Amino acid sequence: MIAIIDYGVGNLFSLCSSIRKIGMEAVVTADPAVIEGADRVILPGVGAFGDAIRKLRATGLDQLLQKLAAEGKPIMGICLGMQMLFEKSYEYGEHEGLGLLKGNVVAMEGRIPAGLKIPHIGWNALHIRRDSKLLRYIKNEDCVYFVHSYYATDCEESVIATAEYGAELTAAVEQGNVMGCQFHPEKSGEVGLNILRAFCEEGSFV
Amino acid sequence: MITKRIIPCLDIKNGRVVKGVNFQGLSDVSSPVELARYYSDNGADELVFYDITASYEGRKLFTDILCEVASEIFIPLTVGGGINTVEDFDRVLKCGADKVSVNSGAIRNPSLIAEAAQRYGDQCVVLSADIKRVNGEFHVFAKGGREDTGMEAISWIKKGVSLGAGEVVVNSIDTDGVKGGFDLEMLQAVCDAVNVPVIASGGAGSVGHFVDLFHAIPEIDAGLAASVFHFGEIRIPDLKRKLRKNNIIVRL
Repeated sequence: MIAIIDYGVGNLFSLCSSIRKIGMEAVVTADPAVIEGADRVILPGVGAFGDAIRKLRATGLDQLLQKLAAEGKPIMGICLGMQMLFEKSYEYGEHEGLGLLKGNVVAMEGRIPAGLKIPHIGWNALHIRRDSKLLRYIKNEDCVYFVHSYYATDCEESVIATAEYGAELTAAVEQGNVMGCQFHPEKSGEVGLNILRAFCEEGSFV
Repeated sequence: MITKRIIPCLDIKNGRVVKGVNFQGLSDVSSPVELARYYSDNGADELVFYDITASYEGRKLFTDILCEVASEIFIPLTVGGGINTVEDFDRVLKCGADKVSVNSGAIRNPSLIAEAAQRYGDQCVVLSADIKRVNGEFHVFAKGGREDTGMEAISWIKKGVSLGAGEVVVNSIDTDGVKGGFDLEMLQAVCDAVNVPVIASGGAGSVGHFVDLFHAIPEIDAGLAASVFHFGEIRIPDLKRKLRKNNIIVRL
């Protein structure tokens, strides 16, 4: 069973549907016992970093995630959920993240050429940087759907794919049992479903 | 680099897909779920569902269909039509929509854009504008293109973007349904005025029209059409191969 963490942020309809589509059971929950009992955990998220991490802390789910990550439970962050896996974000101030991965989240503005539109929104090709379990069904240059204005940097240890948008933006990360996608696999057609499949399949990451 | 998007638009009335020519003379085309699946399997980058039902019963039917589509189809879905309040945003987002497009509702109440952008983020709010030339000026039309608001279109779009619209759909009433090509002059004027994604709509009749669009205006992010896709006059895989041959970056 896959636990999708519900901390009052974002729309989880498509994520749930996509997990069911690949034949897995998904539960949207904030219940620590359910999350602990799940085979895998997905941390979704849209919106602002500061607000989201505060909501996670308010319910103690931050500590639960840190504990589960240390115990080896497969955890995947999506979009803002991936950004929260890192140490720090500089979105409207400076915020501590979960610190499960080394790196920081910074604004695209000022780091990509001025003519490019922000947010980075649309389908972009993945540049696969190294072999990983999460992207094992994906080919180099497969396209996925992005919507974001901030991205992870200083994360050489975990980056498995980037996407070119004036700079090479971190697109996917994996380090042991902790991984994430900056893009939305639940909105990336067959390619996205195959990424979710790789995450959910029995045996992987354990 | 980010790809140019090809977006079929499905007008929905009483649970069926319809398409008007110059916004009149609707004809039934197909089942929304079937058509959505077909497009998703055949290279559409995104789908727009436009609810042209006015009744409460029709709205309920629309959201049921949206839920069904969103449980099966995993590409971005934009919903428009009858969006007048933040509650309307909520209603369709809960059914799996990713973006919501506002038109007449935002003309009546521009603060709808700001309220929705604050709650759901700029990326969620699409400003759709039906535009027609009136005495040599671009005017915004309301109510499905039937009513001249008298507002100058470029300044309206600039205002919408400053209020928080994260994307703009420009539908030229002058070229809509004519199949003579996109309204390049109008689209260029919009692209010069804003720095958010601009989606071209109205006038696509052939594969060449899309090539012309993306060559003439490199800032355009996407091309939207309805009947040419629904009636199979343009097949999206053929269109994308042709675009790529012409050095336009697309997702194949």
